[in-house]
Amino acid sequence: MARAGGRLRRIARSGGHAGVLVFFVTFLVFPFYWMLMTTFKTTIDLHDVNKNPFLFNEPPTLEHLKVLFEDTQYLQWLINTGAVGVAVVVITLVLAVPAGYALARMTGPWAQTLGIAIFLTYLVPPTILFIPFARIIAVLGLQDSLWSLVLVYPSFTVPFCTWLLMGFFKAIPRDLEDAAMIDGLSRLGAFIKVVLPISLAGVLTAIIFAFTLVTQEFVYGVTFITSASSYTVSVGVPTFLVRGDVYFWGSMMGACLIASVPIAIIYNFFVDRFVAGFTVGAVK
Amino acid sequence: MTATAAAISAATARRMRLADDERRLWPLMLAPAILYIVLLVGFPFFLSLFYSVSNVTVGSRDMAFVGLENFRRVVESGTFWIALGNTLIFTIVSQLFVLLFANMLAMALVADFRGKWLVRFLILLPWVAPISLGAIGWLWIYDSIYSVINWTGQALRILGPNEWPIWLGQPNLAMASIIIVQIWRIVPLATVIILAGLTSIPQDIHDAAAVDGAGFWRRTFQITLPLLLPITLVAVLFGIIFTFTDMIVVFVLTRGGPYDQTQVLATWAFFTGIQGGDLAGGAAISLFLFPVLVAVAIVFLMLARRAEVT
Repeated sequence: MARAGGRLRRIARSGGHAGVLVFFVTFLVFPFYWMLMTTFKTTIDLHDVNKNPFLFNEPPTLEHLKVLFEDTQYLQWLINTGAVGVAVVVITLVLAVPAGYALARMTGPWAQTLGIAIFLTYLVPPTILFIPFARIIAVLGLQDSLWSLVLVYPSFTVPFCTWLLMGFFKAIPRDLEDAAMIDGLSRLGAFIKVVLPISLAGVLTAIIFAFTLVTQEFVYGVTFITSASSYTVSVGVPTFLVRGDVYFWGSMMGACLIASVPIAIIYNFFVDRFVAGFTVGAVK
Repeated sequence: MTATAAAISAATARRMRLADDERRLWPLMLAPAILYIVLLVGFPFFLSLFYSVSNVTVGSRDMAFVGLENFRRVVESGTFWIALGNTLIFTIVSQLFVLLFANMLAMALVADFRGKWLVRFLILLPWVAPISLGAIGWLWIYDSIYSVINWTGQALRILGPNEWPIWLGQPNLAMASIIIVQIWRIVPLATVIILAGLTSIPQDIHDAAAVDGAGFWRRTFQITLPLLLPITLVAVLFGIIFTFTDMIVVFVLTRGGPYDQTQVLATWAFFTGIQGGDLAGGAAISLFLFPVLVAVAIVFLMLARRAEVT
């Protein structure tokens, strides 16, 4: 009797487990599934309200992707995003790698507070700063230029990556550097020749996150850039592929999908480190 | 000859000393990053304080001090109160659901099962994909004519034959639609943060409790959830920041419409300051986001201090 009850409860629990997973996966993935369906459906099929929208009522088509790459500046936007991303990553590393190391090795009550203060600046949102930036960028003559984004994006990638790298460097035992310094290397030399080479995983994580933050950014892009040829993907698709009341749904959904999925795949490999950075030591 | 050699060796010695002198080395390594942050976060922030008490516009170069005039203008406009109310509803309702959903999902994900890697990848998509693009996907799902939600509702007979909600066209529905998208976007982040907390709870504690006869629910409510509290707080703090100050979801889905009924502070600051050219007014509006930021920062500092002590 007790055993039957236990088994029932176990079945109920694993059923509940599966139910929770199915519900959330459906909710969270559905928009992407819907992008995929829409990308390959003909316009007539998309606009027929009497047919089941979950099925291909007409054979799939590549027409929308053709329009996207041939008749819009989507490819240019992808290139812009990549270019801005690379430039921002370089600036971020130059600034954040030394700063992260210094914070990790500094002693005294200051160090921890300074680290947290830098991390907190990451939380200052673009929606507080975009108004003064609009004017600063105008004064610098950078409107409509990708350089405006290259200049401003490190303001959030540097704080985040400094914090992330600080965590990495802290995990490297000091003994390694002490040994290297006994062997005649300077403090700086020990950092460059001993610590950096074994921190490549951390540096790679910083690169991935700086790049991801760049691809996700929207507010500054829509504020500084008005000419279509200088958009990044996250700004160009929502603002330029909608012309008046005409929505090119097939092409838009393709555009969203192509820009989202590769980033998601790469990001997925690094998510645990990202979370470790986010949790500010609340988990031990 | 010897003078030069001496100079060189002196220079080398100085460089050597610098490369070894931690009291000078650390500040030098930190300086560039801090300088960049001060110039590109601190300076614009003070500029925005300054703008909010001036009459600066996009077009003109002159600026005059107008005191609290902009704040008076902002507070007296009806849109401000709608935007403030919407921002609070948007934040509180979405984060309550995020709290519930992320805890449920994290507990479902802590167990080992086949295909866990795939499930985790799939549920992370909304957070990793650029939100402006994800919101475009929802725009199509909420479409006034071709909404798949309405089609499904009718097919399942949840909606009557003449019921066809215009998701983004009716104020209450539009607000609900926006909140759903924000929940959709934040749940993955909160889930992975809470999951990190769950996996850090030693299995011994559960085993000991099970030996003592505690069942699943008792273990959940008396052991797991209390231990998860700090990390859940972290997840909620990020959720609050990313929701309270967000303009992307509302911007893409409704542009604040219909008739400003879904306007939030951030979008309204954008429409006033950037599209309307009234930088001073826009700066005044966006400064209303600041108190929440400060509050969250203080809680973070307290959490960090606590983690340091224990």
